[in-house]
Amino acid sequence: MNSKKKEPLLHIVKRGDVKWYVAWAIRLAAIVLALIVSGILTTALTGLNPLDVYKTIVTGAFGTARKSWITVQDISILLIISLAVTPAFRMRFWNVGGEGQVLAGALAAAACMICLGEKLPNAAVIVCMVISSILAGGLWGFVPAFFKAKWNTNETLCTLMMNYIATQLVAYYTILWEVPKGSGKIGIINQNTNIGWLPEIGNKYLLCIIIAVVSTVLMYIYLNYSKHGYEISVVGESEHTARYVGIKVEKVIVRTMILSGAVCGLAGLLLVGSINHTVTTTIAGGQGFTAVMVSWLAKFNPLGMILTSLLIVFLGRGAGEISTAFSLNHSFSDILTGIILFFVIGCEFFITYKVNFRKKATGKEAK
Amino acid sequence: MIDLVSFIPRAVVQGIPLLYGSTGETLTEKAGNLNLGIPGVMYVGAISGVIGSFFYEQSGEINGFLAIAIPLLCSLAGSLIMGLIYCFLTVTLRANQNVTGLAMTTFGIGFGNFFGGSLIKLAGSDVPSIALSKTSAYFSHALPFADKLGWFGKIFLSYGFLAYASIAIALVTSRIIRHTRVGLHLRAVGESPTTADAAGINVTRYKYFATCIGCMIAGLGGLYYVMDYACGVWSNDAFGDRGWLAIALVIFTIWRPSIGIFASILFGGLYILYLFIPTGMDHMEIKELYKMIPYVVTLVVLVITSIRSKRENQPPASLGLAYFREER
Repeated sequence: MNSKKKEPLLHIVKRGDVKWYVAWAIRLAAIVLALIVSGILTTALTGLNPLDVYKTIVTGAFGTARKSWITVQDISILLIISLAVTPAFRMRFWNVGGEGQVLAGALAAAACMICLGEKLPNAAVIVCMVISSILAGGLWGFVPAFFKAKWNTNETLCTLMMNYIATQLVAYYTILWEVPKGSGKIGIINQNTNIGWLPEIGNKYLLCIIIAVVSTVLMYIYLNYSKHGYEISVVGESEHTARYVGIKVEKVIVRTMILSGAVCGLAGLLLVGSINHTVTTTIAGGQGFTAVMVSWLAKFNPLGMILTSLLIVFLGRGAGEISTAFSLNHSFSDILTGIILFFVIGCEFFITYKVNFRKKATGKEAK
Repeated sequence: MIDLVSFIPRAVVQGIPLLYGSTGETLTEKAGNLNLGIPGVMYVGAISGVIGSFFYEQSGEINGFLAIAIPLLCSLAGSLIMGLIYCFLTVTLRANQNVTGLAMTTFGIGFGNFFGGSLIKLAGSDVPSIALSKTSAYFSHALPFADKLGWFGKIFLSYGFLAYASIAIALVTSRIIRHTRVGLHLRAVGESPTTADAAGINVTRYKYFATCIGCMIAGLGGLYYVMDYACGVWSNDAFGDRGWLAIALVIFTIWRPSIGIFASILFGGLYILYLFIPTGMDHMEIKELYKMIPYVVTLVVLVITSIRSKRENQPPASLGLAYFREER
């Protein structure tokens, strides 16, 4: 009798296969719910009509042609960084060092622009920038991977520390190269000669977008249809199985992290060479961390990441517009992003698991 | 030569927020939860205290007991809510801990900066900036005789009560983890939740309590920073990356809060060392390299502990993994 009384009200079971449209429907429901909550919160703080709030979010992201271009460009950069961290995540290597890897790439690109700008022709400088930023990003990915492969060092903490080392390195070079002296920032590099500025295709936003699209397709193929991608999945599912079938786990870890870092370095190159034409310690702007969430929300599927990065950037820019329009503090967008993330993170539970309520009949028997 | 009498107290006040953060995070990690939301929690702890104290100062009369109790309770409540959000998502809903933690950090820092920047506007008050000098005075009240005992008073007695509390909390936490039954159960949950569950330990309850208490301790670090160190003046992003440094400190102390007392003061010292090393005006850039030292040191410690791989120095075995009873 007593044992029956203790039977819990809820029973949680793991679902078998979930149809993709069910999964996305649950996610969509979570996002809608999160938007309602953030709408209520905004109304509570500003006393505005919630519909106006949503309208402001949309106009903030896509109000004018220029705003739309910038939104799409931001999506591209976030997408590239998210793509970069994904192969590592697929093998359960928690690379939260995207920030540092982007910074390393950005610093290398800026270094080429500053140091080689006078000495080499423009095309040669750009080639140097591409190579060096990819190498620098790759190096930043290699260090934690090497320690993980060799001594099983905790990669989350290791990559986290690498972020700050990169930040301080950038801070160091910022002061070394500052123009004018004492200003504490580098300013636009090669403003007159435009040496090392990546070429514009059509308009100044399109280059990043094209690179993002190409990387998405390549990454999708690499992860799903190549031998490397298969090895990554096996290592992620079970390291023991991988060893048993003769995959060299250490090699896969190091190779994948170098790739991860290199693509982050590419994002750094775009940030310096195509968008900002300068380097600061905050140039990555926390996107290395946001990318972790973008990638995870899309279940490490490169095509899904287009949607999730769109969602995050859209909200960020929309909430930015709200704070400008109603003269609120700019961090308001972080609060909204946080709330939406909480909901989306929480909804994954309902995709993976099913909650069964205790059947009424057994309840009666127990009495 | 560095002037030790002025260096040590400054290293200590830098170290106290780190000590709170790392003690809280150690407790959390011992239950197998890697809470990367600690930076956010510390911001929320700080701003909750500030909000409480702001409205209290606005209300007029200041009473010594309430001036401390209100911000303290607000801060604890704020960080408790953050802890509950984290636990609900990672323990009950079994979400990924890294992602949840990072989302908490985004949310927490945004929350802190938003209310720090808009509190005055939202409250419709006419003060120019948040400067809570009256309540802050109670927080930074030094022990008696601090002025009279020369260097001894300066190094050991010149801090507010939260500084001494942090050391007490670290010692108590250390004792509970290592020498009590509750601590044994807690470690069991962190090392192998399956075994702990089989032994009849309520895994969910232990994870909830450890993480929430850990968050509350970490939140106090934020409170100490703003009410004592910063004299009640809130400025956005001033707390900086201390939250991440606190997480680094957990590794540095190999999951032992008692070592954390010295380690946090050491880190506090490293954090401000660049102010005390003469570099000359020509080489300001060297200072940025000195600021790198705490992170490099942590990285080296992390690698060395993994190379030596002594069993007692390893992270809790189930760190970062959600526990689902029916999965094996």
